Amino acid sequence: MVVNMADSDAREAVGDYKAGWHDPENSTIRFDAGLSEKVVRDISELKNEPEWMTEMRVKAFKHFDERPMPTWGNMSMLKQIDFESICYYLRSSKATENDWEDVPEDIRNTFDKLGIPDAEQKWLSGVTAQYESEAVYHSIREDLEKQGVIFLDMDSGLREYEELVKEWFGSVVPYSDNKFSALNTAVWSGGSFIYVPKGVHVELPVQAYFRINAKNMGQFERTLIIADEGSSIHYVEGCTAPTYSTDSLHSAVVELIALPGAHIRYSTVQNWSANVYNLVTKRGIAHEKAKIEWVDGNIGSKLTMKYPSVILKGEGSHAEVISVAYSGSGQHQDAGAKIHHLASNTTSKILSKSISKDGGRGSYRGLVKVSPKAENCKLNVVCDALILDEDSRSDTYPTMEVANPTARCEHEASVSKVSDNQLFYLMSRGHSEEEALALIVNGFFEPFTRELPMEYAVELNKLMALEMEGSIG
Amino acid sequence: MSKDLKLLNIQDLYACIDDTSILKGINLEIKPGEIHAIMGRNGSGKTTTANIIMGHPDYEVESGIVELNGENLLEMETWERAREGVFLSFQYPQSVPGLQVGNFLRKSVAAILGEEAAKGKEFRNKLKESMKELDIPSSFLGRYVNDGFSGGEKKRFEILQLMLMKPKLAILDETDSGLDIDGIRTVAKGINAAIRGTESGALIITHYSRILEHVKPDKIHVLISGKIVKTGGPELALELEERGYDWLEEGSED
Ligand SMILES: Nc1ncnc2c1ncn2[C@@H]1O[C@H](COP(=O)(O)OP(=O)(O)O)[C@@H](O)[C@H]1O
Ligand SMILES: [Mg+2]
Repeated sequence: MVVNMADSDAREAVGDYKAGWHDPENSTIRFDAGLSEKVVRDISELKNEPEWMTEMRVKAFKHFDERPMPTWGNMSMLKQIDFESICYYLRSSKATENDWEDVPEDIRNTFDKLGIPDAEQKWLSGVTAQYESEAVYHSIREDLEKQGVIFLDMDSGLREYEELVKEWFGSVVPYSDNKFSALNTAVWSGGSFIYVPKGVHVELPVQAYFRINAKNMGQFERTLIIADEGSSIHYVEGCTAPTYSTDSLHSAVVELIALPGAHIRYSTVQNWSANVYNLVTKRGIAHEKAKIEWVDGNIGSKLTMKYPSVILKGEGSHAEVISVAYSGSGQHQDAGAKIHHLASNTTSKILSKSISKDGGRGSYRGLVKVSPKAENCKLNVVCDALILDEDSRSDTYPTMEVANPTARCEHEASVSKVSDNQLFYLMSRGHSEEEALALIVNGFFEPFTRELPMEYAVELNKLMALEMEGSIG
Repeated sequence: MSKDLKLLNIQDLYACIDDTSILKGINLEIKPGEIHAIMGRNGSGKTTTANIIMGHPDYEVESGIVELNGENLLEMETWERAREGVFLSFQYPQSVPGLQVGNFLRKSVAAILGEEAAKGKEFRNKLKESMKELDIPSSFLGRYVNDGFSGGEKKRFEILQLMLMKPKLAILDETDSGLDIDGIRTVAKGINAAIRGTESGALIITHYSRILEHVKPDKIHVLISGKIVKTGGPELALELEERGYDWLEEGSED
């Protein structure tokens, strides 16, 4: 472990990343790069964790170490990840902040650029803003507290609600699920812990902002949301990151538990810079008549492998996964969805839309399973791809394993291109070729965008318009 | 402004697509406030003429002049022509899934007439009024541009855009095709409202005399194989309806 102070060298190499800026590293504690059982134990010790968590981390580390790389997605890109060059723990500010005024100034500057204070005034019901590895700012509005909603960063959640965390942590995504869930379990830091009591509706989207802000920094946040019977919550996360010359790894785990009659919607727009590996495991369990929705937008990163999934465990439960992926030059978005229909009368809907451009590659990887005992299930899968030039690529790998004959399955897939006549029509209405392309592209994403809170929708449309700039040859 | 100012001036226009020559010397002058019509069989070059005025990239102009109020349109990009005041009502309007009609109208009016023109009460009132005139329900604003529209809805939507964009030159490519009598009357009302009594002009491309009964063009041109072979007054439309085009064909005696 080394201790280092503000490091202004980190200002270099911001590159041309459009939403990219970063403050001098203000880390008080930083581990040397590389991973070992000792590093894992050190992290746990530093956080003063209970022994069961330390042991879970160590087991997870061993599993990670032994487990081979996945054989799907993009193996040649995965091979390039150098786990030894990654720093697995970095803390920028000693304690979790509750009061905005106490947040260190350079960190506040970063948040200002992200618009957090404004957004909070308007419609946030609580904020966890993760700066580097740990939440530094955390506020819960009084009305949420009064309703008994717990909204903490994961580290505080473990300290303050150990029994609740012990009961649910890893119950949806066990560390042994895949190599990256094992890595996350071994070194996790930050993320959100949310509990919504019976019958409580968190009307306003709860939002968390976070960004990678240090060289070779891996972010391993861990989020756990429990919606008790008949409750509902809409959680929104979004991230942008500055470009660095060395590759970064983002490997999160998100676990959702919707108890009977509960409704969880989890919305994400990720815009990692083009050097980030975004390897995230997201899964939810829906009990009787519960509903889980993943609204998942992947715009940035070098390689994303992410398949939000839902286990429909209770009768009459419902799952929805709406996702978009944009792959530009050098990017591969391998995204999709997984649904397991374990109970009768369960329904699911998957809508996947991908755009590839400048040699980018988008792939849909989906699995929908109906178990033999699940009667009268309904499933609907729609995959649409839009390819903007000859160099770009789109693939679909849909799998349906239906072991009960009463299931009703629908599957549609389409691949389209932008036609000259479509562009001409829009240009005849005063739009430049780039603007016309942005209108078509944003229209293509609209079924996704309309599900987002207004601010996010506007931001996404702007991002896509920026991506279309300079694209006309 | 001189007396013989031309809104649209086309001189000796030759154009081809993939080395096939399609327009073979078109001459056409429209003065401010005038409505002209072009009639002709399928494949005679009507849409080609319209597309070339608007700047479709597939066509190559071999020679000739195309000017709007003395400005050379051929040097401008399509969107620049639109901002100069050229509007084309398409024979086959393109759909843009996911792009909402209301949003598209606002953005397009902003692109052509400026941000201010697309804001506030005035724009909303004009939009409401125009939609009412064209029998377009307000739910239309939430639909996607031309996506799943019926033939009639597409044509009405083109005219709605015409009314909002207030062009100097409106070109209507078979806007009457596929419309019933009421539809034709409604569309004609929209054209008259946008052009008559203004300094703007229109070029109506059609097969049928019916729309011309409602719009009363100043001149009618007959296009055959990429050439205007005859120009006349409104009475020419009825004559064409009765006699067809054969008598105008090269080599035929009249
Ligand atoms: N994109 C194209 N490629 C090849 N030929 C074309 C194309 N567009 C039009 N043409 C040809 O040009 C001629 C004129 O077509 P068009 O202008 O569409 O006629 P009209 O509108 O009068 O029916 C026709 O012979 C048509 O086949
Ligand atoms: Mg035509």
